Amino acid sequence: MKQSSIIDIISPIMVGPSSSHTAGAVRLGLLAKNIYNAVPKKVTFKLYNSYAQTGKGHGTDKGLLAGVLGLGVDDVRIRNIFESDIAKSIEYEFQYFEDFNRHPNAVDFIFEGERNLKISGNSVGAGEIEITKINDFSVNLTGKYNTLLLVYKDVPNMISRVTNSIHVNIASFHCDRSAKGQDASMCITVDGEINQKVIDFLSLIDDVYMISYIKKLES
Amino acid sequence: MVKSLNTFKELKDVCEKNNLKIWQVTQDYEAELAETSVDEIRTIVKKSLVAMKEAIKTGLTSKEMSISGMCGDDCDRLQKRFLVEDSIFGRTFEKITTYALATVEENLRMGKIVACPTAGSCAIVPSVLVGVAENLNISEEEQLNALITVGTIGRIISNKVALAGAVAGCQAECGVASAMSAGALTQMRGGDINQILNAVALALKNLLGLTCDPVCGLVEIPCVKRNPFLAIHAVTASELALAGIETKIPIDEVVDALAQTGQLMSPMLKESSQAGLATTKTALALKDKLFK
Repeated sequence: MKQSSIIDIISPIMVGPSSSHTAGAVRLGLLAKNIYNAVPKKVTFKLYNSYAQTGKGHGTDKGLLAGVLGLGVDDVRIRNIFESDIAKSIEYEFQYFEDFNRHPNAVDFIFEGERNLKISGNSVGAGEIEITKINDFSVNLTGKYNTLLLVYKDVPNMISRVTNSIHVNIASFHCDRSAKGQDASMCITVDGEINQKVIDFLSLIDDVYMISYIKKLES
Repeated sequence: MVKSLNTFKELKDVCEKNNLKIWQVTQDYEAELAETSVDEIRTIVKKSLVAMKEAIKTGLTSKEMSISGMCGDDCDRLQKRFLVEDSIFGRTFEKITTYALATVEENLRMGKIVACPTAGSCAIVPSVLVGVAENLNISEEEQLNALITVGTIGRIISNKVALAGAVAGCQAECGVASAMSAGALTQMRGGDINQILNAVALALKNLLGLTCDPVCGLVEIPCVKRNPFLAIHAVTASELALAGIETKIPIDEVVDALAQTGQLMSPMLKESSQAGLATTKTALALKDKLFK
């Protein structure tokens, strides 16, 4: 049994009305922002199923935008985010879909700017979230841990080269690839912090196409 | 180091063996678990308590409606009535019911609340704790102790049942909130561990089977009014337990029954708005109006 804490029961302090549809939306936005790790020109939000249907009444759209703009789940500015000055810094658009192959509370973030990135995630209940896809790679990010994400060419010894370098305890490890010898992804959640020098060093490896250090959520 | 505190029986054994209160055992356990100090744990708990009181204060002065326009002005209505006519149950009842409506309405208008255990059930614990503490002049330290006990009760239940309407119905949200409040209130009024656990069991038993069938899929109908109802429900359980009335089914077995009932409950009655109140003629008309 995973150890639980009383703090999980008497928190989070959040802007209402729904932990899954409001706080979860903010947290999805925050984690997507941490993954993109730059200021986007435009963000398109694709909301699915329950998120699409009851999202407006729950402020899901406001929560997603607020998260992408860096506001925490307890920030009272979320209520009037569309009218606020911080929301004027980027372009944004909401689209609504029904797709029962997707989770009831699913969302895609389409980031456009210096680079383009599509990030997909779900709000899985009680404010807990998961990012399941970045572009076409399946990942499993919950925002609870600092995470190292690599996209690289599927070649032998890549895992050992990475794990030998990071010098921190690994909490979870997830690999995926499009096909043998093609693009692959590695998603490592860790306790503590990975040194920036390590990340710079790993980014020099020939077969690494992209490396991203995603900070855990504070909110 | 306490190895595990995953059932109420384990909790009771540790408390009795060491002659400690629930909150004492819990704060030591949590500090060890998080590799921090008891003071640090109490500081985190205090943040939640302070936020609960702020939500009550803000909610009492607002009449702003929710985004849907269906709810938001009932706290004002209740306060106005108590200004002209006293509740037959007295001032504590008035405080609990108005504080509950204040908090839950603050939630639906996107104000700041504490999910305890969830946003839809956010008003039950604060209204009971703060309402009673104010009327009985209970110190802030005692209120923190009560909130620690709230967390302990919820944590142990959540080991067996996910506290989410979509998983186990409203019995696992407002039901558990009422049970947590009943236990904490019993502690605040000087009850021993047996009385505390009896209060939890009595409250929970009486709410088994409570479904989650929100109208239009929103945390409004019936959630808003359910909060003051189940706050008062917690007081009833606590009064019975303090009188020495005992549950015939031990609390851990009640939690098993809660989990089983949650599994057997139709998914149509678990936050999917496919049955119950959500598909009544009036609810469907409201939905058409709202989403057209």
